[in-house]
Amino acid sequence: MNAARESAVRIAVLFPDLLGTYGDGGNAIVLARRLAWRDIDVDIVTVAAGEAVPDSCDLYLVGGGEDGPQVQAAGELAASRALHRAVDSGATVLAICAGMQILGHRFPDAHGNDQSGLGLLDCDTIRVDRPRAVGELLTGDVTILAPDGHPFDIGILTGFENHAGRTVPGAGARTFGRVEIGEGNGDGTEGVITGRIIGTYLHGPALARNPRLADLLLAWATGVDSLAPLDDSEIDLLRADRVLAARKHELAPRRSWRDILRGS
Amino acid sequence: MSTSPASPPARLSIRSRLAVGVGRAVAGASRLVHFGTGSVIGGRASLLVDSNLLRKLTAHRDVVIVSATNGKTTTTRMLSAALETTGPVVSNSLGANMTPGIIAALGPTALTEPAVLEVDERWVGSVLDATGAQTLLLLNLSRDQLDRSQEVRKLAQHWKTAIGQALPGCVIANADDPLVVWAAVDAPDVTWVATGQDWTSDAAGCPACSGRIEFDRSSWHCTGCDLQRPTPDIVWDDSTITIDDRTIDLELGLPGRANRANAAFAIAAACRLGAQPEAAARAVETVTEVAGRYRVASLDGVSIRLLLAKNPAGWHEALEHLAPRPAPVIVAINARIADGHDPSWLWDVDFERLGGRFVVALGERRHDLAVRLRYADVEHVIAETLDEALLLVAGSPHHDPERAVDIAANYTAFQEYLDRVGGPE
Repeated sequence: MNAARESAVRIAVLFPDLLGTYGDGGNAIVLARRLAWRDIDVDIVTVAAGEAVPDSCDLYLVGGGEDGPQVQAAGELAASRALHRAVDSGATVLAICAGMQILGHRFPDAHGNDQSGLGLLDCDTIRVDRPRAVGELLTGDVTILAPDGHPFDIGILTGFENHAGRTVPGAGARTFGRVEIGEGNGDGTEGVITGRIIGTYLHGPALARNPRLADLLLAWATGVDSLAPLDDSEIDLLRADRVLAARKHELAPRRSWRDILRGS
Repeated sequence: MSTSPASPPARLSIRSRLAVGVGRAVAGASRLVHFGTGSVIGGRASLLVDSNLLRKLTAHRDVVIVSATNGKTTTTRMLSAALETTGPVVSNSLGANMTPGIIAALGPTALTEPAVLEVDERWVGSVLDATGAQTLLLLNLSRDQLDRSQEVRKLAQHWKTAIGQALPGCVIANADDPLVVWAAVDAPDVTWVATGQDWTSDAAGCPACSGRIEFDRSSWHCTGCDLQRPTPDIVWDDSTITIDDRTIDLELGLPGRANRANAAFAIAAACRLGAQPEAAARAVETVTEVAGRYRVASLDGVSIRLLLAKNPAGWHEALEHLAPRPAPVIVAINARIADGHDPSWLWDVDFERLGGRFVVALGERRHDLAVRLRYADVEHVIAETLDEALLLVAGSPHHDPERAVDIAANYTAFQEYLDRVGGPE
């Protein structure tokens, strides 16, 4: 990194080759554009499996993935402890789905056996005997207390979930609060928050529909409390569309009798 | 291609004939009330009467199965054309690629006519078992409709198990897709096709050992075990294909690298099944439109071209086929059952490549697409209907009325617009 970019916000995308099944790369795009539109420099550091994880980035993105790659990613992060060091020095982390599971204390592998997690998020993920949770996920209005006690309103969280595990937040862990539509953690709550680490079952490009959550992560990562407002009107249209669809349990928008008979 | 002289006369039981008849009647009724081709519902009705119908319909014919995430319809069409140089061939040409659709296609045909079947990735095992197919074409595997389909690796395992159980005599497989190689490598006789596939995002982890696959310019290998790119038996370039050390000219009617790979599979399979390479190549060249893909038509006085892309690997190819920049383009996204309910994959597509064009976002998930385009810094507007989209494009600065406007759409959006211009074929 050259001297001119030392002030840039450094965002690490961890193992997109292992954890990136569901468009997770979108979160880095969203964060990078929201910084660029505000004339804040950004460096995206993509870390492939097998490569050394830097411990000096401001923000880390850990995506969702399949069972096998999930175990491999957990193993690499446990061995290097780079993410632990980054968190100790104040880094912000967004961990999606399988990413959230491996940041917790333990999670089940493909055979249902317990694997040790990184212990950075205060939660346990266990296997339960129920069908995969697949569909729109909607929470109530969310306000997150930053570590300094400053409240940050991020509105309703909207997204898609697709996971089998059930996540039990620890006694001291915070969550995004109640799920309105969908499964979330499985106990009526969604997500786990420990310090500046956010885990969520909103899978894939979770920040695309939730610009206030993106700005919370950026506020933490940059240390700037009030980032300049952006024109999010198109995103508001998308949010309204998906909130309505979730409340109408409209998994298949405008599916006609003709579609049903065709089996499509 | 012939049936063995010792086989019993090719004749269906009364029950099976009734099943075929019921299926055709239901399909006909479905068509009559304009519920589409009726092939799926007709096939389902047939199966209710005779659940073993597929086995009986294929007992006396040679069967070829074509499966993949992308390109199966096109390859099936090309292979049918190539094999027709040797005699009549039956195929599920409308893309209904699970057991009911296959039954609907086979039901009305002579019981000894060879069949080229496009088969959904998840149905390869059951169709292979029921038909005893001796030839299997495996083109590629990548992420597609992950909210309903199985994860990519589980599909590769499914293929591997299916091959291990059925032991088809001739497997033709993609040497450049690690998941396909792992699935096919234990088959008794594999013909490897070089495809130059450059979508590698779904195969970074080794399916055999959970090690890491390393890709370099023209090859790949696992860093943890001995899985590696097999030496291809079939190679091709922009204008030729080389098969069994013979190089044949090939000028396709369809655009793009993926279609050249599809043609290589089709010609290779046709030759294994007795076609002459030259004749097979000439037949494959005649394929210019497959189930409406690449259809050029006129709609309200505007010339349009329909492109289908269903998943990130498909979009990766489709964006390459668009009219050159700065031609405007209409992109349409739905998320019905057949599309997958979750369009998160929009973020796996490099829509930044649309920069410098005017884009109209269309379809039931136009707002998801618009947000993706906003973050890609691509100039765009949202339209609610195809007519509105065409008006917007016609009024845009770089629209050339002499050139067809490209409409790139995913599955159900594509079907809707294809119906508007007269349906398939």
